[in-house]
Amino acid sequence: MGEVCVITSGKGGVGKTTATANLGMGLALLGKRVALVDADIGLRNLDVILGLENRIVYDLVDVAEGYCRPRQALIKDKRVDGVYLLPAAQTRDKTAVSPDQMRGVCQELAQEFDYVLVDCPAGIEQGFRNAVGAADRAIVVTTPEVASVRDADRVIGLLEAMETSPPLLLINRVRGEMVRRGDMMSIEDMVEVLATDVLGVIPEDEYIIVSSNRGEPAVLMSSSRAGTAFRLVCRRLLGEDVKLPRLPEQNGWWGRLRRLIGVGSQ
Amino acid sequence: MFPWRKASGPLSSKETAKERLRLILVHDRAGCTPQLLENLKEDMLTVISKYMEVDEGGMEIRLSTAERQAVLEANIPVRTLHRPRCAVGCKE
Repeated sequence: MGEVCVITSGKGGVGKTTATANLGMGLALLGKRVALVDADIGLRNLDVILGLENRIVYDLVDVAEGYCRPRQALIKDKRVDGVYLLPAAQTRDKTAVSPDQMRGVCQELAQEFDYVLVDCPAGIEQGFRNAVGAADRAIVVTTPEVASVRDADRVIGLLEAMETSPPLLLINRVRGEMVRRGDMMSIEDMVEVLATDVLGVIPEDEYIIVSSNRGEPAVLMSSSRAGTAFRLVCRRLLGEDVKLPRLPEQNGWWGRLRRLIGVGSQ
Repeated sequence: MFPWRKASGPLSSKETAKERLRLILVHDRAGCTPQLLENLKEDMLTVISKYMEVDEGGMEIRLSTAERQAVLEANIPVRTLHRPRCAVGCKE
């Protein structure tokens, strides 16, 4: 029996879909069988990020309504062995699937796959409740910005109320240079504010745009900083003891001393 | 208000972000509006002024946080402790 894991955030545009695509591909590169479920009914995008948009026949709503078997709707990725996508319906809305149906589909997939990653829609309405209600575990994606952290905190609160296992934080789009300058919250700052365990940290990387242009997740590209970080996160997700990348703290005494004597901290 | 502000010039923008977030999250987590705090403050004043004279202007009521637990902090400067005969429960 595999694990159903929802990737959520509250706020839109922080990188849920990108994270889902990269974690899925990354886990498959490590030999796991992964089903990616796009729960964003009406605004599907995971298919595009994965470059699989031209191969959709059936979708999540078809499966939920029993119109076809999950196996018929799953699209097999041709680049990485073991990655399958269950796309969302594009012409329906979030109410097209009930929480029970969503849970049923995910449970069925978990029989066959090591990981079922659910790409949650933004917001905290029914689409969110469907996706989260089906999951054993939640990964909360946030960027080091006030609005994103606030929404992440709200989602963490809701997850706690739903009594799923403690959520894990994925901090996205971190700019080391800005953290060093004191103009961006560091990992430590985020942990202090959100009081949640950190699964991983993904640096800001232009290549993410390139990868979405091409429909090839960055995790497949060894020269991408974000891709490398995603590979690391996947190993942590599998329980490997991999350290988080260190971003020097601006306010530590060591950082202050180094700035005082003019030694750059890299 | 912030002791470290004087020591090292203006706050770095991330310190400002953290400071703002702390306050925002406390209110979000408690589901508490500024209006509710204002009402609470007024009610507290009504009760407390039965027993002592307090400095209304200097009164501070705020929610802060420890871990994910909200804490209500009240700072109420006392002008004089009066012992009015009319005070409820006051025995002479």
